[in-house]
Amino acid sequence: MANDYTTFEHDVLVIGAGGAGLRAAIEASSAGVSVGLICKSLLGKAHTVMAEGGMAAAMGNVDDRDNWKVHFSDTMRGGQYVNNWRMAELHAKEAPDRVRELEAWGAVFDRTKDGKILQRNFGGHRYPRLAHVGDRTGLELIRTLQDHGIHQGIDVHMEVTVISLLKDGDRVVGVFAYEREHGRFRVFKAKAVILATGGVGRAYKITSNSWEGTGDGHALAYHAGAELIDMEFIQFHPTGMVWPPSVRGILVTEGVRGEGGILKNSEGNRFMFDDIPDNYKDQTAKDPEEGWRYTQGDKSANRPPELLTRDHVARCINREVKAGRGSPHGGVFLDIAWIKEKLPNSAEHIKKKLPSMYHQFVQLANLDITTTPMEVGPTTHYIMGGIRVDADTQASTLPGLYAAGECASGINGANRLGGNSLSDLIVFGKRAGEYAAEFAKANGHGIIDAAQIEAEAKRALEPFDREGGDNPFNIQHDLQEMMQRLVGIVRLEDEMQEALVGLQKLNERAAKSTITGNIDFNPGWHTALDLRNLLTVSEAITLSAIERKESRGGQFRDDYPNKDPEFAKFNIAVKEVDGRMEISHVPLPEMPAELKQVIEEMG
Amino acid sequence: MATATFSIRRGGREGGEMVDYQTDVSEGMVVLDAVHQIQAESAPDLACRWNCKAGKCGSCSAEINGMPKLMCMTRLDTIDITQPVTIEPMRAFPVIKDLISDVSWNYEVKKRIKKFKPRPPDAEDGTWRMQQSDIDRVQEFRKCIECYLCQDVCHVLRDHVKHEEFIGPRFLVYTAALEMHPLDTENRTEELKDMFGIGYCNITKCCTKVCPEHITITDNAIIPLKERVVDEHYDPLRKLIKIFRKK
Repeated sequence: MANDYTTFEHDVLVIGAGGAGLRAAIEASSAGVSVGLICKSLLGKAHTVMAEGGMAAAMGNVDDRDNWKVHFSDTMRGGQYVNNWRMAELHAKEAPDRVRELEAWGAVFDRTKDGKILQRNFGGHRYPRLAHVGDRTGLELIRTLQDHGIHQGIDVHMEVTVISLLKDGDRVVGVFAYEREHGRFRVFKAKAVILATGGVGRAYKITSNSWEGTGDGHALAYHAGAELIDMEFIQFHPTGMVWPPSVRGILVTEGVRGEGGILKNSEGNRFMFDDIPDNYKDQTAKDPEEGWRYTQGDKSANRPPELLTRDHVARCINREVKAGRGSPHGGVFLDIAWIKEKLPNSAEHIKKKLPSMYHQFVQLANLDITTTPMEVGPTTHYIMGGIRVDADTQASTLPGLYAAGECASGINGANRLGGNSLSDLIVFGKRAGEYAAEFAKANGHGIIDAAQIEAEAKRALEPFDREGGDNPFNIQHDLQEMMQRLVGIVRLEDEMQEALVGLQKLNERAAKSTITGNIDFNPGWHTALDLRNLLTVSEAITLSAIERKESRGGQFRDDYPNKDPEFAKFNIAVKEVDGRMEISHVPLPEMPAELKQVIEEMG
Repeated sequence: MATATFSIRRGGREGGEMVDYQTDVSEGMVVLDAVHQIQAESAPDLACRWNCKAGKCGSCSAEINGMPKLMCMTRLDTIDITQPVTIEPMRAFPVIKDLISDVSWNYEVKKRIKKFKPRPPDAEDGTWRMQQSDIDRVQEFRKCIECYLCQDVCHVLRDHVKHEEFIGPRFLVYTAALEMHPLDTENRTEELKDMFGIGYCNITKCCTKVCPEHITITDNAIIPLKERVVDEHYDPLRKLIKIFRKK
């Protein structure tokens, strides 16, 4: 059966059809090369649809004091200065054009009174900056790109999962994959490959990520020999649903807080006012009244502490719950209903501004957010770490391999600001498409090694031949429980060492896992294949988190609770060497003087 | 903890049968949770599509007790679980396996609809100006998550199998979103009348009823499109004017 596969050939092959992958595919095909686009699910269903709040772009439509310099310094500050400065600069400069381009392709953003694209407040952004469509901005983004892309002559391969990257020497020259419908193998030859596979949330029990978020791109690149950086930086979004149990982790948009929602503990205390980090003190409201004025567009007011960066808000919530001041189901209260004191038609206002939140809570939790506070708690949301790429071209450390979006790393540093992800997808998706097309024009197809394919096919089919092993769903479940418990929001050396031992055991179980049924659309088989990726990224997260002996952004160490300036000088990288994961320090590139100046000017 | 029985369609393209599975149910569970539990406990090869589990991606469409619904948004306490709960794939499309149907026809249909064609930008910087009140309607249509439940329930497709002649409610909404887009300059009424078969819709509003996004498909999208077609192609006065113009 191993020899039984179909071969496809493209100049550029894009893996992943969320915002970054679609934008990359559109750009590459516009450059005149043939493009294949692999979707793990159906086209238009990628995790980008879950993005709610908006995309950050300093267009200055609502507050004309905004410009790329403010956006750049907000991003660097949010990332605690371990970001790749060049990526943060490109992102801040190019995001406005990328957003306007979406409008030219049919996107319909909410409007200002003078008919421009409306922008909303979000955590860590000094001015209202997020272009949005109610609270379903991700759907608008993916649909716009999809509907534009289908007229571009891109070959779309739906419900296809990549098993490994194929190499000719150091260069990536294609991929080995399988299509789920019939369970058949496919080989894709490509002059350049772009990974745009999203995140790793499924390594954790409580997550906002769909089943697809299994770190595929991270693991594929790693096993092909590429470098991953910043894997310890995981974003726990402060507000996920906590009740009922079956929806635990589903995202509650930061837009709720942007529209005036406040966080309270069981004692009714607005605890975010009790802990404001020093470097945000002069940007934060002094009292609730000022915070409210900020959310309503008063330019003289500072933002409420609920809109501090996500890493900080998540830790504050965690602390309240641990101190016994949590809500009945182990979260805290997020209250938007209180704005009825301020707005006469608040119920209608909330439904208009946050329609999907309203429906989500009515349908899944039987709760009306216009009258009752929600219960929320942190949920694994995003990984700042990923494939190490060149800032301008998105080229990985392997020739012919590019990465964009969540699976690439650099722009966000230790913590991503809300709204910077959607803009990251379109800014760097475009760049990846452009430079991959350029690479494809300059290079012919490489040679596909039949032995590699043979070995990968054999490995992929092994779970069918084994007997008596564990069901892959159980192994995945145990991994999620363990990562949540031992490498979660608050980390300790001992616990992470325990996790490494646990990972070893899980790897052994995964190697013996068995599945039932045949190769046709078999979720058990798929889960068995996903496990390898999840275990790889879990190990990378744990090792990197042990290595970073300080607390910064998405990494909080109880045994090293403070920031250490020594750790601000490099990124932690992992790479596969002789089948083992090796850790190294990659010095941060020196920021040019004019950008240092920008940061200083912006305070 | 209570137990419920789920009667799930199992089998491939050639045919299938309903198989009963028992699983524990707890507070707040949705149908998709039950399917996942059954997968993990007793049927790891049970095929179903899902992604976001929050009603935003439109992947987990199925027929629950005969009603087209999203599995992730159907709470068990809204259906009778004292009787076996039937879960079947959408019937308006060919079945691939278990709960998975082949929805590729929808992707082909979309490609046939002329793409967005904006008027020249309004401002020198290449941007446009639109009032919120002018886009409210289009934004309603753009809430669509492409779950295809409206296609599934539509008798023109489901019972009369007019897939060749009729594009179905989803793509009438899609066309309406383009036609009513304040910036769009394209005209799609000719196709609506001929290739897209808008005349087949006899306004039974079943599509509106099953839409999980509560889009007023029939009243706000299909009927205004029908009016446009009538205005442009069947208005006797216009026809007369056209004849004179030709001379």
